Amino acid sequence: MTLAPDPIHQLFGVDRARARELRVLVLTGYGLNCEAETQAAFERLGAAVERRHVADILEGGDDVLRPYKILAFIGGFSFGDHIASGRVFANRLRFRLGDRLARHIDDGGLAIGICNGFQALVKLGALPAVGRSVGSGLAPQSVTLAPNDRLGYRDAWVRLAADPQSPCLFTRGLPEGLVLEAPSRHGEGKLVIADPELAAEIERAHLIPLRYIDPSGRPTEAWPANPSGSPGGAAALCDPSGRIFGLMPHPEAYLDPENHPDWIAQREAGTLPPCGLGLHLLAGGVRAVIDGLG
Amino acid sequence: MPVYRLEIATRPGLRDALGEATERRLIASGVEPHGVRARKVYHLDLGIDADEAARILAHLVDPITEIGALGMLDDPPGAYLLTVGLRPGVTDSVGHSVARAAADCLGRPLAGAAYSSILYALPGLTEADAHRAGRALHNPLIERLRLDTAPRALDLDVPRAGAAKAPATALIPLRAADDAQLLEISRAGVLSLSLLEMQAIQRHFADELRRDPTDAELECLAQTWSEHCKHKIFASPIDYTDPQGQRRRIDRGLFRAAIRGATEAVAERRRALALDPPGEDFLVSVFHDNAGVVRFTERDHLVYKVETHNSPSALDPYGGAMTGIVGVNRDSLGTGLGAELLTNVWAYCFGEPDHRGALPAGLMHPARIREGVHHGVIDGGNHSGIPYSRGLELFDPRYAGKPLVYCGTVAVMPVLSAGRPTAVKRAAVGDHIVMLGGRIGKDGIHGATFSSVELGDDSPAQAVQIGDPITQKMMADFLHEAREAALYSSLTDNGAGGLSSSVGEMAQATGGAEIDLALAPLKYPGLAPWEILISEAQERMTLAVPPDRLGALLELAARREVEATALGRFTDSGRLVVRHGDQLVCDLSLEFLHDGVPLPTLRARWGPPPRPLSPPGALAGACPQDQLGATLLALLRRPNLASGEAMARRYDHEVKGLSVIKPWVGVRRDVPATATVMRVRHGRPEGIVLGEGIHPYYSDIDAEAMAHAALDEGVRRVLCAGARDDRLAALDNFCWPDPVLSDRTPDGEHKLAQLVRCCEGLRAACEAYGVPLISGKDSMKNDAFLGGVKISIPPTLLCSVIGQLPDVRRALDLTPVAAGDPIFMLGPVADELGASELERHLGLTLARAPRTDLAAGAARYRAFVAARDAGLVRSAHVIGRGGLALALAHMTLAGERGLDIDLTRATAAADLDLTALLFSESTGRILFTARPAAADPLHQQLLPHGLTPIGHVAPSRGDRGWLRITSGGRPVFDLDSAAMRANFQAGLDDPRT
Repeated sequence: MTLAPDPIHQLFGVDRARARELRVLVLTGYGLNCEAETQAAFERLGAAVERRHVADILEGGDDVLRPYKILAFIGGFSFGDHIASGRVFANRLRFRLGDRLARHIDDGGLAIGICNGFQALVKLGALPAVGRSVGSGLAPQSVTLAPNDRLGYRDAWVRLAADPQSPCLFTRGLPEGLVLEAPSRHGEGKLVIADPELAAEIERAHLIPLRYIDPSGRPTEAWPANPSGSPGGAAALCDPSGRIFGLMPHPEAYLDPENHPDWIAQREAGTLPPCGLGLHLLAGGVRAVIDGLG
Repeated sequence: MPVYRLEIATRPGLRDALGEATERRLIASGVEPHGVRARKVYHLDLGIDADEAARILAHLVDPITEIGALGMLDDPPGAYLLTVGLRPGVTDSVGHSVARAAADCLGRPLAGAAYSSILYALPGLTEADAHRAGRALHNPLIERLRLDTAPRALDLDVPRAGAAKAPATALIPLRAADDAQLLEISRAGVLSLSLLEMQAIQRHFADELRRDPTDAELECLAQTWSEHCKHKIFASPIDYTDPQGQRRRIDRGLFRAAIRGATEAVAERRRALALDPPGEDFLVSVFHDNAGVVRFTERDHLVYKVETHNSPSALDPYGGAMTGIVGVNRDSLGTGLGAELLTNVWAYCFGEPDHRGALPAGLMHPARIREGVHHGVIDGGNHSGIPYSRGLELFDPRYAGKPLVYCGTVAVMPVLSAGRPTAVKRAAVGDHIVMLGGRIGKDGIHGATFSSVELGDDSPAQAVQIGDPITQKMMADFLHEAREAALYSSLTDNGAGGLSSSVGEMAQATGGAEIDLALAPLKYPGLAPWEILISEAQERMTLAVPPDRLGALLELAARREVEATALGRFTDSGRLVVRHGDQLVCDLSLEFLHDGVPLPTLRARWGPPPRPLSPPGALAGACPQDQLGATLLALLRRPNLASGEAMARRYDHEVKGLSVIKPWVGVRRDVPATATVMRVRHGRPEGIVLGEGIHPYYSDIDAEAMAHAALDEGVRRVLCAGARDDRLAALDNFCWPDPVLSDRTPDGEHKLAQLVRCCEGLRAACEAYGVPLISGKDSMKNDAFLGGVKISIPPTLLCSVIGQLPDVRRALDLTPVAAGDPIFMLGPVADELGASELERHLGLTLARAPRTDLAAGAARYRAFVAARDAGLVRSAHVIGRGGLALALAHMTLAGERGLDIDLTRATAAADLDLTALLFSESTGRILFTARPAAADPLHQQLLPHGLTPIGHVAPSRGDRGWLRITSGGRPVFDLDSAAMRANFQAGLDDPRT
């Protein structure tokens, strides 16, 4: 009798037995809505996930974030994204959780922000946080995610390429040349970096770990391959440590092979993967913690 | 305290996406501004000082892309400045969030309110154009407009709502009224009560209570007895006369006889065949709760409900439609002890999007209604975190009078929650009555009674409610937590009729209720007690909370920022007692409230409607045999058949990560799926399959044919995608013009006869296919009477079907899989072009709508499912509107392969010409592909059911698909997918791009 190889290990290099001790915090409430799939995604990778209402975290003690190696800021419409996406949520986090978040980052914790979570991390100053020093609290907001050039929300799958030189722990170690696919579902995802020096530093330090690519595989600013018109095809950001990562597309919605729009054709062609390949973008964070990088 | 004004704009030099979109919208309405810029304007009426206002501003402005000012930003010289804000009392979700953000920023709770508006700076316009722009950018029913020119004065006016003093409860002198006065009381109060009903109320008060009713009691009865809540047309006995003059009486009314009758017959047959294991009936809860519940897995039930929200959507398309979707969400949230929302569906019927010419005064252009309706359901669904699965649009000039806005929600309900069967409500005497969610304002007063009258020149503005999906999402999350902690024993939605209906309904469980309206949280002061009682202000649920759980429930609600207020208790007094402080507002017996409505006997008379047919030869002349390819291209461009993908992608369809067959399929993902498939729980293989049928045009010939076609297509769709055929359930949603004979409806007997035929046809189809009706709704007054013109919708039945799939990995879609695969048509076709899309395209009137042989169809589907489950089918699609030609076009577009079709055998088998064969909409047919090796077993199994091989899948030409049709060795047409796609995508533009 042979033991079937674990596809999670084969595909993503994650040892699920070792991931079991990794505690991931999924923050919910206030109009956020991707908690179930985000939890499921980290659980597929073997992590121990706790789903908690933001209010309970805000009311929690000084060490409320301490048990968690990865904080997941999920997608949704926090407070309706009224005023601007993530604005009210980010302000509340800054006022009431800012010090503890800064400490989580300083202590080597990881965080991922997906869609609305990314928007919140940017408005919190947690991304890209270039030049921020340890112990100095959250940085001021330095870039933004602005309304898409084609105004309004749109749900369509996009193709992404990772920057192999990025320090981002979540995208590190992805197979060379891998094309990542995931649904994009937002109305405000255009990365705007007003300060040219900051823009240059972000490029120099490879803090844009993912870019939208066209059918030929090149980064693109053209719709629909790039849903927002984001410059240089930027679809994500990380901080210089690589531990804080935000992205607009939803890898947690490519959880099962059958989430892919072409899954039937892939099956007929014999290319259907054993798991949803969105997990690639979460597995890096899990691996980093297991390997003691995080 | 002073009011502060904040203005926020995109930094000069950066792209202003809202400004650009507004400019495009204005250009589309004939105004040509140059360089529109948009600004967000917030008025803070929060009891704060200037420094605090400045601090709040600093936290609202994006430091990278925006500039802001306390007061006013600089205006472009000479520009017109249009400010669009909300009228007093209209839900201002953005304002709520600004107030919340302000409190967060200052670190203390704030009293008062914040108000949002948008300012458009419009350079280069004449004054006349500025006024036109204003008309295009606001809806005066809910919004207010202000037009300034630069330089302007600081505007600190806010739409504060309410009045300092609330009117007291008044007595209505009903006992002394004569019939004319009774009718005047009903009309003046928008009560929609008939003379018969007013007389019953008069008798009840005169004989039994010996006093006059209060305004609140009369309002409460009007809500509870409204057509919307009581479904009187479906409940009343009917005298039905057929074309031969034979009369019969439907004593029990249509609901009991046909709708519930169908379900009971199906349930009976399931028992007789022992389809369900003992104690595990498929039908868990039907007809008595907010939504139908059926069994799914050991762990979960499924809940499904579809509603319409037509009248409000005609007046305020955005707000009306949003309320439609978030309202039906609450139906599922309030079923049993509460279900978890899984996916939404929508179907809209509008006037022609390119309507030219005059519309009766008071009607919006169908294109504007369409845009607003989409936008409202998009925001309502997306902000609630619920993906959509099914969406469709149909167009007909008669829907210009009233659009139909169907919205539905599937939810999943754990069989047990906190150890209790979740499907069972269990309110007890002594339980607290707790109102949850939003506050009460005048919004939505008379929604239930208003929906029971035609749209007229004096339609009440406050009948429109605007939803706030975030308030509801936070409430839904809270309810889930509270259910799992067993903090309440029963709940229901506050929908039509407000507290009067929700408390009145729940009171039936214990036999009474008593509440104090003075405890109810209000949006603003000045509401009369009767207004508090019947307001349909949104995002509210009513809970029954056991005394020992009240503290925990209120404490959790406070932590989740969900407003919860105990208003009273459930009793067993037999009465609904409502007070306002020490003032008695309402004291009615539940028996009279719920069972006191008198039902008249209605009259129906059936005769096929006169329909002068086009002369023989007209079809051949209008659609020559050598133009069939061009005809297909033209059909693909018709709004009823064109791709609505651009608009539909604005709806989230994959949040939750459960989607399997998405709403749009094919290699370019732009072909509407036959049916959609999704998982229900992560990590589980079981799934649901959703499809529907809607054929209002057939009702012009015979409403029975419409009913058969609608259910048949819904069933066929889900079977094509892989649903098992013994676990199907359907929902019936009727939208009808007023079918009661009166001066204004002289053809009421015919319209009621159409309803009888439709209901009886639906029952026959449900019984033949073994599909129970688990939930439904009727909307019976879809007429507009404006400026002396009456427009009635065509009778419209939507059948929504939910199927189950044991393993989603066995799901199918319509995309052909491999070159060489044979293509089959299953099911016979006849010359049934009457009321077809081809007929409308050609402007002809043709004979014969599709007739459905229900027994043959049921046998055919059983055989198809057996073949499908044996793995013999690779892709499958229904043949419906547009006929075989359209189904082949879908397959071509989806696969981008060749479809080489030879119709020689099909024409011979059906004895039809090619026009009928390609475009006839005969029901009961499936178009599918199979592996070459499957051809022989398929022939053996399906030949008795009308299997016709019609061709095979072939390689693409380059990267393009193609559709070649030959017959008798002669070419009919050969179309490239690019030409087809160009037409398919041009027919229904997304008005916002």
